[in-house]
Amino acid sequence: MNLMTERSLEKAVGDKMNAVASTNKMKGDKVSVFYGAKQALFDVDLDIPEKMVTALIGPSGCGKSTFLRSLNRMNDTIEGCRVTGQITLDGEDIYDPKIDVVELRARVGMVFQKPNPFPKSIYENVAYGPRIHGLAKSRHELDEIVESSLRRASLFEEVKDRLHDAGTGLSGGQQQRLCIARAIAVSPEVILMDEPCSALDPIATAKVEELIDELRQNYTIVIVTHSMQQAARVSQKTAMFHLGNLVEVGETEMMFTTPKEKRTQDYITGRFG
Amino acid sequence: MSVLLVLLIVFGIGIVGFFIGRQRASARETGEVKVHSRAYYHGWWVFLVSVLPAVLFIVLWSAGSSIYLERSAQASLPAQTAESAVASRGLALSMVRGIATGLDRLDAQELQNLPQSYADLRSLLGSKGVALASEGQDYMVPIAERWHSQAATARTIGAGLAIALAVAGVIFGLSGIHPRARARNNVERIVLWGLLAASTIAILTTVGIIFSMLFQTINFFSVVSPWNFFFGTVWDPRFADAGSGGSQGQFGLIPLLAGTLYIAFVAMLFAVPVGLFAAIYMAEYATPKVRATVKPLLEILAGIPTIVYGFFALVTVGPFLRDLSAAISGGGGFIMAQSVLTAGLVMGIMLIPFVSSLSDDIITAVPRAMRDGSLGLGATRSETIKRVILPAALPGIVGALLLTASRAIGETMIVVLAAGVAARLTVNPFEAMTTITVKIVNQLTGDLEFNSPQTLVAFALGITLFFLTLAMNIFALYIVRKYREQYE
Repeated sequence: MNLMTERSLEKAVGDKMNAVASTNKMKGDKVSVFYGAKQALFDVDLDIPEKMVTALIGPSGCGKSTFLRSLNRMNDTIEGCRVTGQITLDGEDIYDPKIDVVELRARVGMVFQKPNPFPKSIYENVAYGPRIHGLAKSRHELDEIVESSLRRASLFEEVKDRLHDAGTGLSGGQQQRLCIARAIAVSPEVILMDEPCSALDPIATAKVEELIDELRQNYTIVIVTHSMQQAARVSQKTAMFHLGNLVEVGETEMMFTTPKEKRTQDYITGRFG
Repeated sequence: MSVLLVLLIVFGIGIVGFFIGRQRASARETGEVKVHSRAYYHGWWVFLVSVLPAVLFIVLWSAGSSIYLERSAQASLPAQTAESAVASRGLALSMVRGIATGLDRLDAQELQNLPQSYADLRSLLGSKGVALASEGQDYMVPIAERWHSQAATARTIGAGLAIALAVAGVIFGLSGIHPRARARNNVERIVLWGLLAASTIAILTTVGIIFSMLFQTINFFSVVSPWNFFFGTVWDPRFADAGSGGSQGQFGLIPLLAGTLYIAFVAMLFAVPVGLFAAIYMAEYATPKVRATVKPLLEILAGIPTIVYGFFALVTVGPFLRDLSAAISGGGGFIMAQSVLTAGLVMGIMLIPFVSSLSDDIITAVPRAMRDGSLGLGATRSETIKRVILPAALPGIVGALLLTASRAIGETMIVVLAAGVAARLTVNPFEAMTTITVKIVNQLTGDLEFNSPQTLVAFALGITLFFLTLAMNIFALYIVRKYREQYE
């Protein structure tokens, strides 16, 4: 059961202190999601604490990605998908007809499983969001946003000489950090990450994880991951899903040392899933 | 024995060979040795080795024997043919061939007492429903008779050899059946050759078309200088002067080329926005249900024969535009019933499904990840389409548009009916212009000597059109290849 290193244990203890003080940025209340007639998620109650990393774990098809995608209504783009229950962002129901989904997605950004830079230059990839939302009033301001976003995504030093080369020409890990920079550029409050490291090699994964840890200071992050070590390394709160149900939720440290549910214990020790 | 019957027999032998081969092969599947090929592959192998060589032989034999018979008949034609009533040796030969084929209709007894004069034979064959030319000569009858009997002999020998070859093939195939025989690989190789042959035929046909046009074009350019053709601004072929010598008329390509490109341009002006927007709607906005209905409906447009579009232009769109312009100007209309606008508009309608269907495929091929990425940043759907999807799909769309444009340039029936025949240089889209294809139709229909420049110019026009569309297609492929986005 010694999954965690000494260092991350120390960190987790520190995080626990934070957790107490933190408020909830998003709240899920009896969230159910249906694809056509098939129900993929059953009455999930899950709160997302502010300026922390929440990890969603569980075997494939357990509904964790579905839950993640319902947090910024990306499920709307899927034909026949229906969400019931309530999800709030700063107390506002995001499924309220009065809410503009486009505005919501600017506040709740998303990073996908496979790096998906647009077939444009590195600069244009990052400038895409700010341009659409009119965040920069001048070319100079836009340059600044691009640079600071790339810096925050720890990519600037690697690409500063080729900002106008194609974003698709970067390595997989760089592409994923470019996508994170792209998401940061619109100054979201929450960043959703759907298995952001599953297509990356261990070195690129380590860089992205390091980045997530830094981003925690400014953003609320929700990450779906298949890697127990990753969840343990980067998150402060962990939610375990199985077959569309939320099995257990708690502080990461507790989840990995003393899980209450047998299913959680079996999963994190690799006995199923 | 007719060739068809021989072919049937050969195929019959092959099919019998297939069943015997399959049966024998499955009998050998005892389980002691692991078999290499399934039984029906052995059957197929037997079928192929018996049928293919025999069919090939039949083709070669009939071609070879007919060439031989023609040569020997030609050699026995008397020398005075040149001075006799028949214009040339070639004509005499074809008359002899006519008689020889006509003799097939006679039964054995009639052949025994064949009339030796051409006139009698002509009336005899006439009663059997074979029409012969009236100017035949008596000397043709024995030559035709010999031709006929030799042909019959050749056919019999050929049939015997072909059947023997088929049987030998079956025996050879059957003798090769044993559990480790690689019948499967052999059949596979023959299939490969078949596929190769099919694609070769397509390529050779293209080459053949080019050459057939090329020779006539060279003939044309020996009369009219290429400079006058390619850079002449007057199209006036002067049908009245055909064959009478003197002035040949002027064959300036420019007015036709201008008309072709102008009408194609108007058509694209109409088809591109409509087709592209339809494609965007279908690919990005339509629910699967709507898409499943709308897409086939749009594609029905592509199935309408172009001559029907021609009617539509001629009897509906043309008069409508004319009356509309008359109503607007109050008095005489400024749009002619046959005009660039009419032809372009109707051609544009015809092109909509090409643009929309090709573009739809290309837009749908843009990975979902691109859409999600953009939507996930808070972009609206139309922003996503405008800034991410269309730029990503642009090379493909440009390629599709170039392919469509080359169709517009080559389109014939609509412009024949709707654009008019006046070869004019004008920029007014309300007036009639004409196109290369219209003039090809004009020059080739009607009663004209085939070797006059008035007719031959059609080939020069055809080859010009061919290279024009070829260049566009190559350019389209180049664009698509060069700018194709690697999404991975």
